[in-house]
Amino acid sequence: MFNMTKNVVANLLTKSSTRLYPFTVRGHFEGFRGTLVNNIDECIFCRTCQIKCPSQCITVDNKAGTWTCDPMACVYCGICVEVCPTSCLSMTKEHRPVTTEHETIFLQGVPKKKKKEEAATE
Amino acid sequence: MARTILPFGPQHPVLPEPLHLKLTIEDETVVEALPTLGYVHRGLEKLCEIRDFNQMIQIVERVCGICSCLHALCYCEGVEQIMGVEVPPRAKYLRTIWGELHRMHSHLLWLGLFADAFGFESLFMQFWRIRERIMDIMEATCGNRVVVSVNVIGGTRRDLSPEQCQWIEQQLAISEKELKQLTSTILNDYTVKKRTVGKGVLTKEQAYQLGAVGPTLRGSGWAQDARQTGYAAFDELGFDPIVEYDGDSYARSAVRFRETLQSIDIVRLAIARMPAGETATNIEGVMGDDTPQPVSGERGDMMQAYKRDKRRRTVAAPPPNLDLPSGLVSVKVKGKPDGEAVTRVEQPRGELLYYLKGNGSKYMDRVRIRTPTFANIPPLLAMLPGCELADVPVLVLSIDPCISCTER
Repeated sequence: MFNMTKNVVANLLTKSSTRLYPFTVRGHFEGFRGTLVNNIDECIFCRTCQIKCPSQCITVDNKAGTWTCDPMACVYCGICVEVCPTSCLSMTKEHRPVTTEHETIFLQGVPKKKKKEEAATE
Repeated sequence: MARTILPFGPQHPVLPEPLHLKLTIEDETVVEALPTLGYVHRGLEKLCEIRDFNQMIQIVERVCGICSCLHALCYCEGVEQIMGVEVPPRAKYLRTIWGELHRMHSHLLWLGLFADAFGFESLFMQFWRIRERIMDIMEATCGNRVVVSVNVIGGTRRDLSPEQCQWIEQQLAISEKELKQLTSTILNDYTVKKRTVGKGVLTKEQAYQLGAVGPTLRGSGWAQDARQTGYAAFDELGFDPIVEYDGDSYARSAVRFRETLQSIDIVRLAIARMPAGETATNIEGVMGDDTPQPVSGERGDMMQAYKRDKRRRTVAAPPPNLDLPSGLVSVKVKGKPDGEAVTRVEQPRGELLYYLKGNGSKYMDRVRIRTPTFANIPPLLAMLPGCELADVPVLVLSIDPCISCTER
């Protein structure tokens, strides 16, 4: 009948297991897959992330130089970060902030010029 | 006595899963139960036609959040069997460790929910507090709390450093101490026994004939565990299945509680015996190609130079991934699965079976998933008649239902 007594006393005498959330925020461990970030200056628009993404949330237009991600569809598996040849994709260990609207991450970069175009401009 | 048909679920205050039962009751006694499924069907098996076999790993992980690691492990073992890939020994041990951690957090979650179902809120909080420690281990080692996503075809995506192994052992020692403090409550408490002992008895013959799996089967006296088939590193880590003989709800909860303690021992043993080496196989290497395996992770500068240099053959390959803490190993999978395979693993709820059929293209022909809850529904229907209506939530929970697994 009094099997839990020891635990109850221990719980009363030790500090609380929970936190006062808005005032005390628990940080995340190193390597936590939080938010997907793209350094668009280093992106070469190779479309590898778009092809490998299991949830197909990334769209890359290599002619217009745009990189689009639907964070609501992203499953935060980190596959795109691993396959990125230039390592311009990374994941920070913070969660994405809560939003009230469905938003899409749209990044505009400079598309890679073809060799012929490069030669012509030079 | 007039019979009444009572709809139970799919949404019920004490039932965490959307299982709908049509209960035929006489007075307060259940006479017959008929299940209705289909509330969370998502068609994940069909996705194999439009997602390639590598992307399917992330999809099968989402069949069920609680046993995501074991779904991916079963799928990867099947594809490796088709493609003839040898997994490095260290990766086998890592898969075992994460698989057992998943079993622990699933059992602790269930023990909490079970305590909640018969109204023992304090015990519910105690189990979930211990579970939080296991979730922290997952987050620190895998990068996520629930859907860990560490298995890839040919090995694992992450490694454990010696410091991380030491920390895991410390956390498990604390968890074990806390769990042992709750032993007398879950196994000997008057109120727990009053609600579980002798309720929903599944005899040994019924369990065999109706095809029960997992703790439901072992609670009825059968010493059968899919881990004995020797997947991952279980053939090197000897263990005996936990068996109880009474076949009632109490026996099933005792099996799960003792399995949690057993998993702690298995993880400790796996950490102690884990060999050094790579964590993922480069399939090119298996086929006889000596192309150095690209490794990414914390040695970013070196890797960038290696990746960007067009004359790869002249650049020295980075050393193998021996001491990289949580470093990622990118696996270069070449070739497509062509053939079929059946693989089995032991989920927290019981035996999970995958049938895979590849056709030589990057899309699989068929991915058939047979989950333990599906196998445990006929035993549930056999144990419900004769019980009181108030015991139905406890009995349904005693098989640990996972309807998202069952319907996929």
